[in-house]
Amino acid sequence: MRHISLVLIGTLFGAGLALSGMLNPSKVAGFLDLFGVWDPSLAFVMGGGVVANFIGHRIVTRRGAPLYEAGFSLPTNQGIDARLLTGAGLFGIGWGIGGLCPGPAISSLLLMPGDAVLFVMTMLAGLAAGRILTSGPSARPAPQA
Amino acid sequence: MVIDFVNFTPFASLIGGVMIGLAALLLMLSHGRVMGISGILGGIVQPSDKSDVPWRLLFVVGMLIGPFAVIQLLGRPIEIVPNTSGVLLPVAGFVVGLGTAIGSGCTSGHGICGLARLSMRSAVAVGTFMLTAVTTVYIVRHVV
Repeated sequence: MRHISLVLIGTLFGAGLALSGMLNPSKVAGFLDLFGVWDPSLAFVMGGGVVANFIGHRIVTRRGAPLYEAGFSLPTNQGIDARLLTGAGLFGIGWGIGGLCPGPAISSLLLMPGDAVLFVMTMLAGLAAGRILTSGPSARPAPQA
Repeated sequence: MVIDFVNFTPFASLIGGVMIGLAALLLMLSHGRVMGISGILGGIVQPSDKSDVPWRLLFVVGMLIGPFAVIQLLGRPIEIVPNTSGVLLPVAGFVVGLGTAIGSGCTSGHGICGLARLSMRSAVAVGTFMLTAVTTVYIVRHVV
């Protein structure tokens, strides 16, 4: 169950992405196109996701530990620094151009193989580059959110 | 601002969003992990420890299956219309990977999870990437 649960939770996430419209790059861009003909749908995705998680998170983390691990791995870094702003800013530019963020890129791999494979390969290269760039001796330990 | 009522899907998007939130919640309940996809992938690309990789791969396998469950249930394909092509597509992919690695998170980690934990750091990240994403789409669609 420990392993099956991961596949099932991943499936629920992938299904949620597909149903919500997040796998459709032009719909994502339609949401980001505030100054054009605006499709507000994705605000409902973020709203529904955050509220569902917000309500349950408090109940879940009140437990001493998760079901299959010794403890919760919650991010400890609370700093707001140039690195956070640079990274988030860059991510938004790529998201705006491609209409894909990391989750939907993965979940659309088998649906639009050509585009998604190219996007995911370059995204993984970017992830590796970014991690090397930020893992120097001067870099603070930053948990991946 | 003109609302695009033709493509507006409030119900499907809300239900899909709740499913995404529940997935994040269940991953925290079962494995105590934040459902941040850039972080999950980063740990596959550059593992800190071999034993830390399998749970990530299992989750990714589920992510690949999920859309097919929706196709089965709805009885129709999922609409996918590319937003870019040519050299811009791999450039976008690389910048998304680079940015989420530097900024330690993406739409799922900082958005769905960070905001639900009331993390100010994540709220700033979300505000920043929304701002640059909206600006980028404005430039691509209305300026260039």
